[in-house]
Amino acid sequence: MARNPRTRGARRTLWVLLALVAVLFAGIGAAHRWGTAELTPKLGLDLEGGTQMVLEPVLADPTAPISAGQLDKARDIIAQRVDSNGVAEAEVTTQGGRNIVISIPGTPDARTLNQIRKPSQLRFRPVLLTGPGIPVTDPGATSTSTDGATATSAPTATTPKPVFTMDPPATSAPATTNNAIVPPALAAQTTPPTDPATTGATGATGESTATAPSTASPAPTDASDFAWITQEIQTEFAQLDCSKAGAVNDFVDEPTRALVTCSTDRSEKYILGPVELDGTDIEDATSGYQLSANGQPTTIVEVRLDFTDVGATKFTNVTSRLFALKASDETRNRFAIVLDKQVISAPSTNAVIANGQASITGQFTIESARELAQQLKFGALPMSFTLQTQDDISPTLGKEQLALGLLAGFFGLLLVVAYSMVQYRMLGLVTVASLVVAAVGAYGVLTLLGWSHNVRLTMAGVTGVIVSIGVTADSFIVYFERIRDEVREGRPLVTAVDAGWSRAKRTILAADAVNLLAAVVLYLLAASNVRGFAFTLGVMTLIDLAVVVLFTHPLVSILAHTRFFGGGHRLSGLDPERLGAKVRYVGRGRFSAPAVQADGRA
Amino acid sequence: MVNVSQIGNDLYTGKRSIDFIGRQKRWYAFSAVLIALAMIGIFARGLNFGIEFRGGSEFRLTGVTDTSGYEERARAAIAQSGIGGNVLSTVIGGTSVRVQSEAAGERNEAAKTALAQTFGVDPTTISASLIGPSWGQSVSEKAIQALIVFLLLVSLVMAIYFRTWKMAVAGLVALVHDLVVTVGIYALFGFEITPSSMIGFLTILGYSLYDTVVVFDKVRENTAEAVGSRRYSYAQAANLAVNQTLVRSINTTVVALLPILAILIVGFTKLGPGTLLDLSLALFVGIAVGAYSSIFIATPLLVDLRRGEPALLELEKHATKLQAREAELSRSTPRHTGAQDGPGKQTRARGTATTILADAPAADGQEPDAHELGAPQDDEPQRDALGRPVHKWAATGPRNQPKRPPRSRR
Repeated sequence: MARNPRTRGARRTLWVLLALVAVLFAGIGAAHRWGTAELTPKLGLDLEGGTQMVLEPVLADPTAPISAGQLDKARDIIAQRVDSNGVAEAEVTTQGGRNIVISIPGTPDARTLNQIRKPSQLRFRPVLLTGPGIPVTDPGATSTSTDGATATSAPTATTPKPVFTMDPPATSAPATTNNAIVPPALAAQTTPPTDPATTGATGATGESTATAPSTASPAPTDASDFAWITQEIQTEFAQLDCSKAGAVNDFVDEPTRALVTCSTDRSEKYILGPVELDGTDIEDATSGYQLSANGQPTTIVEVRLDFTDVGATKFTNVTSRLFALKASDETRNRFAIVLDKQVISAPSTNAVIANGQASITGQFTIESARELAQQLKFGALPMSFTLQTQDDISPTLGKEQLALGLLAGFFGLLLVVAYSMVQYRMLGLVTVASLVVAAVGAYGVLTLLGWSHNVRLTMAGVTGVIVSIGVTADSFIVYFERIRDEVREGRPLVTAVDAGWSRAKRTILAADAVNLLAAVVLYLLAASNVRGFAFTLGVMTLIDLAVVVLFTHPLVSILAHTRFFGGGHRLSGLDPERLGAKVRYVGRGRFSAPAVQADGRA
Repeated sequence: MVNVSQIGNDLYTGKRSIDFIGRQKRWYAFSAVLIALAMIGIFARGLNFGIEFRGGSEFRLTGVTDTSGYEERARAAIAQSGIGGNVLSTVIGGTSVRVQSEAAGERNEAAKTALAQTFGVDPTTISASLIGPSWGQSVSEKAIQALIVFLLLVSLVMAIYFRTWKMAVAGLVALVHDLVVTVGIYALFGFEITPSSMIGFLTILGYSLYDTVVVFDKVRENTAEAVGSRRYSYAQAANLAVNQTLVRSINTTVVALLPILAILIVGFTKLGPGTLLDLSLALFVGIAVGAYSSIFIATPLLVDLRRGEPALLELEKHATKLQAREAELSRSTPRHTGAQDGPGKQTRARGTATTILADAPAADGQEPDAHELGAPQDDEPQRDALGRPVHKWAATGPRNQPKRPPRSRR
C-alpha cells in the first residue's frame, strides 16, 4: 500500500496493536521460559478431570450468618486440612461470601474428602507427653536432634515456645520477660528425644512416664494424670510420624479421652489429656504488643485471651493444677490449644490465671500472633461444613466436553463468518480478520491470566467465549451499518468511515459497558461454577472494545483509501449504488447520479 | 432474491416504513398474550427444576458400548449400591448414559462401582455429581440477589446514559418482559432449569439492554433532530429510528444467535444436558425475545410515556400543520407529486401519499435532507448534451438551490 499520509494515524494504531499483542505473547513466553507459565490456558476441573466440592460453613447456631472473617478462617481451616492430607495442587477459595470451593485434580479417595469436610473444633487439652514430629531413627543423635528442635522451632513463628501468663501481666511480669527472652524449657528440649519404639519413649521421659503405662490406673484422677495413657495410645504415639500426609486422620478426637496428635507444623508430636475447655469458653482473642506495668507498650508480642465466666472458672482450675506441676514436670505444665485435632500452640503455664484473662507470649512475630489470635477467636465458634455439591469429573469426559465445546465454537465462528460475508461482501473479511485478532488476544490473555491469577477455563468459560463471538461481531455490525448509513447520506467513503465511527463509537461503548456491567455483577454474585462464564464474557467484552478501536476501525479507514472499497466496487459491501446513495456530490458543482434507478426500487 | 440491503436502504430513507409506533396496541396485545401464556406456564405447569435444586446424585458414564435396557440396568445398579428412591436415566449421544438418583452421600463410590460393572466401563471414567439439598436454595437466593442488584445498577446506568427516566423505564419494562417470557417458555416447554440456565437468564438482561441501547440511541438522535427542525412529531421520528435500526437489529441478533445455535446443535446431539446446553438455550430464547421487545415494546412504550409532554404535543401540532401544508403544496405543484417521503409515513412508495396514519396525519415532508436528494422524479429527468441524466438541482446549474416556500407561507 502506498504511504498515504491520510492513513498515517490508522497505520500507527495498527502498529500499537501489533506491539500490544507482541508484548502479551512475549510476556507469556518469558513466563514460560523463566516462570511456571504454560503455553495454553489453564483448564478447569470440569475439563481436566478432578473433584470439586463446594462446602458451606455452618456455625453451631445454624441461623447465625457467617461473617467475611469467619469465612476466611473457614477457608484457612480447609486449606490447612488439604495441606495436611498431602493433596497436591488443590485450590481452596471462597465464593460469593458464603461458600468454600475446593478443587482437587485427580480422584482423591473418599476418606481424604471426609477428612477435609469434617466439622472444625477448637479445644484445650493438657499435654501429657511430647516428642519430635519426625521419628529419630539414629539413637546416637540425641543431642543433635535436641539442638535441631530448638533451632527449627525458634525461628518458625508457628511453634514459638509460648507461655500462659496473667493479663495484665503485672503479677507475673518477671516470669514473662524471662520466658520471652529465653524460651521456657520444654520437655522436648530437656528430655532426650523419644525413640519411636515404646521402650525408647518409656526410657526417655523419666520415671513417671515409665510407670504410667505399666500401672495403667483405670481411674485417672485429673486431666494431667498419666493414667490416660493406655498401652494403645502409647503405641499410636510411638508409631506416629508427623511428616506423613494425613498422619493424624485415623485418630478419633474423643473429648473425654486422651489424644495423640501432631503440631500443625509437624515438628512435635503429643499425647494430650482429655478436653478441659473448648472454643465456646473463649470470649475474645486479640494480639499486639504487651503493655508494661506502667502502660507503655513493650517489644514483647502477646496474644491476649479473654475467657467467658464459665471458661474463666475452668481455666483457673486448670492453670492452678498445671502451675503446680511447673517445678516437677515441664511437659505436663503445658496446655495445648488443639484445632481440628492438630496442636496450634502449646504454651507453658507460668501462673495461676484466675481473672479469665490470659496472655500468651513467646517467640511471636506480630503476624504470627495475629494469626493465632484469629484462630482462637474464630475457634470460639465451632463450624461444621455442609456439603453443597461434589463433582467428580473423569478426565475422559472432560476432554470430550472440551473437544465438543471447541467444535461448537468453530461452527459458530463459521456461521458468523458466512453470514457477514453474505451481508457485507468483502467487508465481511474485515469481520473475519477482527474475530481472528480477538481470538488471538483472548488466547493470550487467558493464558497469561491462568499463570498470573490462576484463572482456569471451565466449560462455562468456553460457553462465554463462544457466546462472545456474537457480541464481538455485533459491534462490527453496528459500525458497518453506521458507515453504510453515512454512505447512503451521500458521503464519500473516506468521510463516511470517520463520521460513522464517531457515531458508532458511542453505541459500541454503551453496549460494551452494559455487557461488562452484567459480567461483573454475575461474577461477583454467581453462586456456582458458572462464574467462569461471567469472567470470560467480561474479558471478551474488553477485548472486543480493544479490537474495534485498535484494529477494525484503523483497518477500515485504510481500506477506504483503496480503489476497491473507496471506489465502491460491487463486492466491497460499500457500493453507494447498492446502498441507494443515488446522488453523490463529486466536486466542482457536479453530482454523480447513476442512470440506473428504475430497477433499484422494486 | 430479496435484496436485503435494498430493503435496508428503503427502511433507512423511510421509503419503506413499518409502522412500529402507530400499531403499538397490536404489539402490546401480542406481548400481553405472551406474558399471559408465560404466567399460565409458570403457575399452572410449574417450572422443571433440575437436580441442582432438588438435591441428588448424577452419574455420567461415557463410552458405553451397549445401552440396551439401560433404564432397568441403571436402576438395578443404583439399588444394589443401597440408594433408594427414584432413578432417572437417559442416553446421550449414543454412547453416554446419564443416571440421576437420590443423593448418594457416602455410597457415592459404591454406586460408581456398581454402575461401572453393570455397563462395563472403567470406574474412573465415571463422572459423579452430588448436590446437597440446600444448594439449590442458595443458588436461587444468589440469583435473585444478582437480579435485584443488576436491575438497580441498570436503571442507574440507563438513567445516567439517557438522562430521562422515561427511557430508563421503557428499557426496564422491556427487560422484565424478556425475563418473564423466557421463563414462561421454559415452563411451557418443560425445559430443565439449572443454575446455568439461571445465569443465562441474567445474561439475557444484558443482551436485552444492549438491543434497547442501540435502538434508543438512534431514537434520541432522530428526535433531537426533530425537535430542532420541528418537522416531525416525536412519534414519527422515533418510528423512523426503529426502521433505520431494523436491519442492524436483525443483523446483530442473527449474529449473536448463530454461535449459540451452533452450541445448541452440538449440545443436543452430542453433549447432553450440561453447563453448555443450559446456558445457550436460555441465551437463545432470551436474545430472540430481547430483540423483539426492544423494537416492538420498548420504543412504542417510550413514545406513549412521552406522549403527554406539553413540549412534544406542541411539536406534534407544529409538525402536523407543517406537513399538512406541505402536502397541499406538493399537490398543487406537480414537480413534487409524492416524490419525497418523510419519516414514518406511507407503507407503499409512490403516488399513494394519502395513506395516513393514526398518529401521523400529515402525508408528506418535503424536506431537502441529503438522503432524499436523489428521490426519483416522475417527470422525465433532464439530460445533458451527451444524453446523460442530470439531477434536478444540477439541471439549471449548480447555484440553483432547492425551493422553499417563503417564511410567511410556512
